[in-house]
Amino acid sequence: MSRYLLNKFLYTIDRDPDLVERYRADPAGTVTWWEQEMANQILNCAVAEKSTWLELTEDERRALREHDHVALFGLGAHPFLTLTLFIAMFERDHGPLEYQKAYGRALQHLSLPYPDIAT
Amino acid sequence: MATVAAVIASTHHPFYYRASTATGADRPPFADEWVAKIEAFRETLTKARPDILVMVGSDHFHQLWLDNMPQFLVGKAPYFDANWYNEEREFGLPRMRLAGDEQLAAHILRNGLDAGFDLAFSNELRIDHSITCPIITLRPEADLPIVPIYTNIFAPPLPRPGRFVELGRTIRQLVESWPIDKRVAIIGTGHLSLELGGPRQFGAHGPDPEFDRKAVDWIAGGDLDGCLAEVTLDSLHQPGNATHGFMDFMLMMGVAGAGAKADHVDSLDLFHTMEAYFTWYPNGVPV
Repeated sequence: MSRYLLNKFLYTIDRDPDLVERYRADPAGTVTWWEQEMANQILNCAVAEKSTWLELTEDERRALREHDHVALFGLGAHPFLTLTLFIAMFERDHGPLEYQKAYGRALQHLSLPYPDIAT
Repeated sequence: MATVAAVIASTHHPFYYRASTATGADRPPFADEWVAKIEAFRETLTKARPDILVMVGSDHFHQLWLDNMPQFLVGKAPYFDANWYNEEREFGLPRMRLAGDEQLAAHILRNGLDAGFDLAFSNELRIDHSITCPIITLRPEADLPIVPIYTNIFAPPLPRPGRFVELGRTIRQLVESWPIDKRVAIIGTGHLSLELGGPRQFGAHGPDPEFDRKAVDWIAGGDLDGCLAEVTLDSLHQPGNATHGFMDFMLMMGVAGAGAKADHVDSLDLFHTMEAYFTWYPNGVPV
């Protein structure tokens, strides 16, 4: 379980307009590149001062590759990060609030307590 | 000594800016009523004639991240740039720049540390919509210096509700002990019931209207005992998965003081979440 790293993916993609487009167009390629190049970068440190141990689980990789927000919710990804990034990628293909409502409907089978999001 | 000119608690709805400036077919049907309520709310700050604004909010994973996450943080800088690319993208929020009051920030940090709050600080803080939304609604001229205070309502483990109330009480004492003759308004924003990224999001109302009714009553009546008796970190999951932002309202109840009835109370039932606005005048209603 690497909830922190899952969140780090969502966070670093969401804050960069080019990466948002890249992840929308090529999710599998973006996940592979990101895990190789970005996963171990400490965001507030010089690039050379990397971590050495961070990797996604196969379930996490699959959820990210498939843009599967339901699976991400189940894995305990921070729901705000997932929602914000997915709105950025997919709201444009829908009418006003249609995407947000469909996103919620896809999670209707869930009841409390929701998966833990603590990192 | 400084005077607390007003204490203000509000929701921070990132859609207000776009709704209030939209025209023609783009203008949502609820915009006129919303604007009227905001303008009445704004007047409660204007007539308090503040010199400085202490602004309590919560970073939404913009500058504060999980590799180094403070629970409570005070911004101490001459300026604060504001709003982020993803807020421009999703909400149409404008880029802003606000002046800071470093003297008051230094006073809050030094004396807050001495009062038992190990406050983090930032000398270069880009603030987000939790602070710029109330600037847009309450002081759109954005002409007053601020001291931003961020709380963690977002990335567990979180401080417990009682700690937010205690911090609010302490902030009130810290402002009142500042030996400078200025009028300070203390403004904080949070949420009522709210669901983000879960099955209950973007409904016709907030996810838990019953919680919202109770919350408005607790805040309006200064009912800290009633609120603290019911609200825990666990209980806040029930009304909606982002309802921990209600703890910023509890912080503001701590600023206003136990039993302090708000002088201005208003709310607006919108889709997705309920808006709520409160103003207290600890030193009497200004004429």
